[in-house]
Amino acid sequence: MSTKKIAIVSGHILEEEATLTLAELCWRCQTPAETIIKLINHGVITPQEGTSSHQWRFHRSTLIRADKALRLKRDLGVNYAGAALALELLDELEDLRTQLKRFMDV
Amino acid sequence: MEYKDYYDILGLKKDASQDEIKRAYRKLARKYHPDVSKESDAEQRFKEVGEAYEVLKDPEKREAYDQLGSQWKAGQSGFKPPPDWEQNFDFGGGGYTQGNAHDFSSFFEDLFGGGKASGGGTHYYHSTGTSGGGFRSKGENVRARVMIDLEDSLNGATRSFTLQMPEVNEQGQVVNKQRTLKVKIPKGIKEGQTIRLGKQGNPGMGGGERGDLLLEVGFNPHRLYTVEGKDLYLNVPVAPWEATLGATLQVPTPDGKKVGMKVPPDSQQGRKLRLKGKGLPGKNAGDFYVVLQIVLPPSSDPKVKALNEKMRDEIDFNPRSYLF
Repeated sequence: MSTKKIAIVSGHILEEEATLTLAELCWRCQTPAETIIKLINHGVITPQEGTSSHQWRFHRSTLIRADKALRLKRDLGVNYAGAALALELLDELEDLRTQLKRFMDV
Repeated sequence: MEYKDYYDILGLKKDASQDEIKRAYRKLARKYHPDVSKESDAEQRFKEVGEAYEVLKDPEKREAYDQLGSQWKAGQSGFKPPPDWEQNFDFGGGGYTQGNAHDFSSFFEDLFGGGKASGGGTHYYHSTGTSGGGFRSKGENVRARVMIDLEDSLNGATRSFTLQMPEVNEQGQVVNKQRTLKVKIPKGIKEGQTIRLGKQGNPGMGGGERGDLLLEVGFNPHRLYTVEGKDLYLNVPVAPWEATLGATLQVPTPDGKKVGMKVPPDSQQGRKLRLKGKGLPGKNAGDFYVVLQIVLPPSSDPKVKALNEKMRDEIDFNPRSYLF
């Protein structure tokens, strides 16, 4: 195993970067548009603006959520609805954990 | 090589039925899936479970594995398959499985071959990577979770992270390389947000662009403050008379200063006092909340006891009147 040193790199906060079009989102997730549309129809991800697929703009963080849903689908054999449910429950769990942490500190 | 007890990994007995194997695998895969589990070794466990299932779900591979297992005794550390063990089975050339083979152990690889040729397979820490044909393709995005301190977000900072990143070498093999990166932490980043480092992911094929490196940020627990989104909370203990009569408290703010904070009279337990804009910095800066915690002096002190008895006898106060 070798170690490579690299100069300081700076990035951006993904969630606050400019928005993505449907084509860009497909490219970044390396998945066909049909899959993205299925994720939208199941409420896993939502376009931030735009009414038709040509005008859709997605938040950058959509990328992470779409990836997560597709991994759950592939690895656990759940369908789109199952992945959507799992992600919603995981969000809720995360919120509750944060709140709990605050109360445990007392 | 290290012998792997696939039955043990799935929590099964040797005579488990194919249905039992499937059930055990599905259950453990859900439990240890890295997107679901909070355990630190989840990814490792998830791979082990996948490897065990890959062998045991296939009756032919399972039979071959069972033959080997009969020659291995618990506690034995080194393990060598007998030289001619695979003559009855045809696993030699690899190409036996639907991918992820380069995530499997050397034990698996030695028995069932493969893995080496599948440079294009998918690895968990990448975004799923089956791009359509063509010789140029963008490299895979690599994801990793990193922990920072609250101060790093408050003040901005440069932090070093060492990441295990799979890379494809000249022979087309996938090898894990350790890479140390010095990363500038954007000021005001919130827990759960992601730092995107453009073109720091896996190399593309045929001169294609490198993928991105996505660092999901978590916060180490802080001695004083808890974080919710962009807001910070600090529990501050107060004496019962301070809560009743009001007081001015010295409070440490996240920017390292001290402020005098006015507690209004009749403040109940848990009352939140807000300092606007003193949370995580940014365009819409977060707020800083002081949460009052009423702490009682001990009744072992005779003076405390006497004064409380006096209050009980002289003050007309029933906090439970609403119950009846």
